[in-house]
Amino acid sequence: MSRFLFPKWSNLLLPGLILAGAVAPLYAVFVVAYGFSPKTMEAGYQPEQPVPFSHALHAGQLGMDCRYCHNTVEKTSHAAVPPTQTCMNCHTQIRPESPKLVEVQESYKTGEPIDWIRVHKLGDYSYFNHAAHVNRGIGCASCHGRVDQMEVVYRWAPLSMGWCLNCHRDPEPNLRPVSQITNMAYEPELELSDDERLALIDKYDIHPSENCSACHR
Amino acid sequence: MSTLPVGMGGSGIAPATIGGEIDNTGSHPGRREPLVLGMDTFGEVTRTVCRVTEAKRPPFAWYIAFGLSVSLVGLLGFCVLYLIATGVGVWGLNNPVMWAFDITNFVFWIGIGHAGTLISAILFLFRQKWRTGINRFAEAMTIFAVMCAGIFPAIHVGRVWVVYWLFPIPNQMEMWPQFRSPLLWDVFAVSTYFTVSLLFWFAGMVPDLATLRDRATTKFRQFAYGLFALGWRGSNRHWHRYERAYLLLAALSTPLVLSVHSVVSFDFATSQLPGWHTTIFPPYFVAGAIFSGFAMVVTLAVPAREMFGLKNLITLRHLDNMNKIILVTGCMVGYAYGMEFFIAWYSGALYEKFAFINRAFGQYWWAYWIMVSCNVITPQLFWFKAIRTSIPLMFILSLFVNVGMWFERYVIIVTSLANDFLPSSWDRFIPTWVDIGTMLGAFGLFFTLFLLFCRFLPMIAMAEVKAVMPQADPHFGEDHGDHDHAAKGSHA
Repeated sequence: MSRFLFPKWSNLLLPGLILAGAVAPLYAVFVVAYGFSPKTMEAGYQPEQPVPFSHALHAGQLGMDCRYCHNTVEKTSHAAVPPTQTCMNCHTQIRPESPKLVEVQESYKTGEPIDWIRVHKLGDYSYFNHAAHVNRGIGCASCHGRVDQMEVVYRWAPLSMGWCLNCHRDPEPNLRPVSQITNMAYEPELELSDDERLALIDKYDIHPSENCSACHR
Repeated sequence: MSTLPVGMGGSGIAPATIGGEIDNTGSHPGRREPLVLGMDTFGEVTRTVCRVTEAKRPPFAWYIAFGLSVSLVGLLGFCVLYLIATGVGVWGLNNPVMWAFDITNFVFWIGIGHAGTLISAILFLFRQKWRTGINRFAEAMTIFAVMCAGIFPAIHVGRVWVVYWLFPIPNQMEMWPQFRSPLLWDVFAVSTYFTVSLLFWFAGMVPDLATLRDRATTKFRQFAYGLFALGWRGSNRHWHRYERAYLLLAALSTPLVLSVHSVVSFDFATSQLPGWHTTIFPPYFVAGAIFSGFAMVVTLAVPAREMFGLKNLITLRHLDNMNKIILVTGCMVGYAYGMEFFIAWYSGALYEKFAFINRAFGQYWWAYWIMVSCNVITPQLFWFKAIRTSIPLMFILSLFVNVGMWFERYVIIVTSLANDFLPSSWDRFIPTWVDIGTMLGAFGLFFTLFLLFCRFLPMIAMAEVKAVMPQADPHFGEDHGDHDHAAKGSHA
């Protein structure tokens, strides 16, 4: 008879098929849960910048305060990227001939800003206010990591919605006195007791919103 | 198995005819009318059904229908892509009418599917033998209708690329669907419905696929049908397991006939909008679904039996029975319409009263009266046997029911939204060409899939039809007519 029946070896495929049927949905869920996450996709993003500016040197070794350059961080939602003039406050005197500063000198002369590549970028649909956070005891390092140790800045945190919510639901472990905001080495959980951090919640009147419209305005 | 071989020449009476077709619609106590006409052997059934897929070419009418349907699928694809690329603004939606053609089509198609499940599951459990002639393609219709239905919720979300958010999948946003929302229950209800229907359809088809495999003359057909026949050889053990599985699947599907459209009705009933916020919705939607589904089965069966020469398997009795179900469910739907108005008056609620008066006499009065005339008046004609057994009339009336049931959903959705609590927010929904194109396209998809099914799969459940033929009766041939009823009872 010419009819098609499964050859004997095809029995071997059966366990594989059943396994695939069971595993495939789980795999799909896993791919979405982990694969689509910014933690997988975007954390660690470290573009090459037009000027080899080292945060490790300026903020780390030299101990410059973050706010010297990112001076609007306490007043506005946006932490400013400094204009070339800010660089030149020092670099007219210090190593003005350094080959690393060619682009900066060029920019200073022409008035064309340097094309810094943005590392920490949120979707247009989400609103974030730096001032609201740094004035209430969330330090730079809580979101940006130890920038004072980064030769080239990279994205340390996933900046995912779940990551934001994590702190909005329980801000207390990340709170520090406002005076320590730019202290990169400060670790709230080591420096302060639980009670002291809870006291900060009252002091700064912290009640973070979990409402959709808090960030998606 | 007490089918008597009456009408197979045993009664000695020449068969009466209606409009050129053998009349097997009678009901006489003590004897059953045959469900298969003009065939004396199982082989004839096999040949009649297999001929459709084995013919070198399908009938010319098939090409015309297929060409038309595929063109509409192209239109569907274009409209959907245009929608995705541009945004839901290409539809005529406005505030307050934020649901219109999209959800109307969704509910319409989900409803269509219900007849297939009712025929395959409930009629099976009730041992309604006439279901065997129509169950296969009614189930196919269910599956294709649910596929058409599934398109609309998926594309109406706007950002189609994140449509997987409908499912509760762990994600970086730590966001979950609202488990208290019937919109989420809908996702589960419809996906369960599709899965179970597909399994049921496929499981029932295995023996017939094996028949096609065994008759196949080309290598490719042998392999393709063989693959899906799952190695069926018709052994006693195969049949035993098959019957078990079929029974279990029927039992699984049975609650779905009632639950799926109940959940769909919750989408409306759990909101607080007058016209939607009604406790009658779940049974009313289920009755409407079966009503529209059977109308669609008739719409498909009439041309299909004509086109593929299946008049002896899908007989007047089958069609007559379906028309009776249309009549019954049509009465239920009519009752529900009346009850909605009664409650609107009886509740004394100002907004409720307005919603219904507005429905009948407001800006969408024409849609309301199309709905009433198609859904309430049309089925009443089926009280007359002459109409129930007239092929052209039942075809036309089934089309009316299809139209009416589409308008029912349109009326419920659009009239309730367009004139809500605040007169200042009232608006009027006007469909755009994309709305209409998508609606027509869904019909195209439905008929394309159905025509492909007719051409490539066994349209009639051969194995099951054979089981309801007199020849399947163990008494057939040997001792027929030899003993009275009492003796027969002791044999069985």
